[in-house]
Amino acid sequence: MKVRVHVSLKPGVLDPQGRAIQHSLEGLGFSGVNDVRQGKLIELDVDDAVTDDQLDEMCRKLLANMVIENYRVERVTA
Amino acid sequence: MSTFRSAVVTFPGSNCDRDMAVAIEQVCGGEVFRVWHGDAELPERLDFIALPGGFSYGDYLRSGAMAARSPIMRAVSEAAGRGVAVLGVCNGFQVLTETGLLPGALMRNAGIRFVCRDVRLSVENTQSVFTSGYGAGQEVVFPVAHHDGNFFADDATLDRLEGEGRVAVRYLDDINGSVRAIAGVLNEAGNVLGMMPHPERAIEQAHGGTDGRALFANVVGALASA
Repeated sequence: MKVRVHVSLKPGVLDPQGRAIQHSLEGLGFSGVNDVRQGKLIELDVDDAVTDDQLDEMCRKLLANMVIENYRVERVTA
Repeated sequence: MSTFRSAVVTFPGSNCDRDMAVAIEQVCGGEVFRVWHGDAELPERLDFIALPGGFSYGDYLRSGAMAARSPIMRAVSEAAGRGVAVLGVCNGFQVLTETGLLPGALMRNAGIRFVCRDVRLSVENTQSVFTSGYGAGQEVVFPVAHHDGNFFADDATLDRLEGEGRVAVRYLDDINGSVRAIAGVLNEAGNVLGMMPHPERAIEQAHGGTDGRALFANVVGALASA
């Protein structure tokens, strides 16, 4: 089974990379972009037996840094 | 006092490990063991463990994230719990926060650029095993070389750190956006220090300054008088 883990910075945590992207978009002439936040998408292929709790533990122990990041687990049905 | 025994951990991608070992040899003396990240055990009876700078595991996932989960870090955490002095510099600081031995996180520099220069710092805590050789508020100059040195923690954590005197060093100039200009922090017991600036690159005149010597000398001195 495919699982997508979306990792994003917590609200309030400054994202200098997102801001640079926003400036680049403005430089390309795109208007109306109010904010850009950059995150990560991690795709896992796991056995069907892997539980939600185990996925949660993977996120907390390694995939996300809980000091600065939030995560969302999405099971993808083929 | 028996011979001072220290260890420098090398992760794949560490690049300041030799500098760190040389600094310890020159200032602390004694025996310096070089330890590999895949080792499950540290040498016995260590007084001091140093985690060096570099780009462990190519900074994959997050700086220090993979190194923090390597076998040797379990042993380092155990040793830290027993009160062994642990110093993490630059990537070593990132590893210590990722391991949870120190609070906060080190994010991409606010200016996005890699910063490589000498920086002026103020020594804020002069009680710890690492910093008691400096005067309160003493200005020192250490080099920095990092891309992810932007220290972040939530306000409650920051207030606690400040209240407990655990901010060890602060930047005198804003070089990377760190909250409250924090350049280095101590753990609750005061035996674990993480800092972005490099004291091991300021130990002889050829480095441009010797402000880092007192830090290493102090670890030996504090243990000798303990």
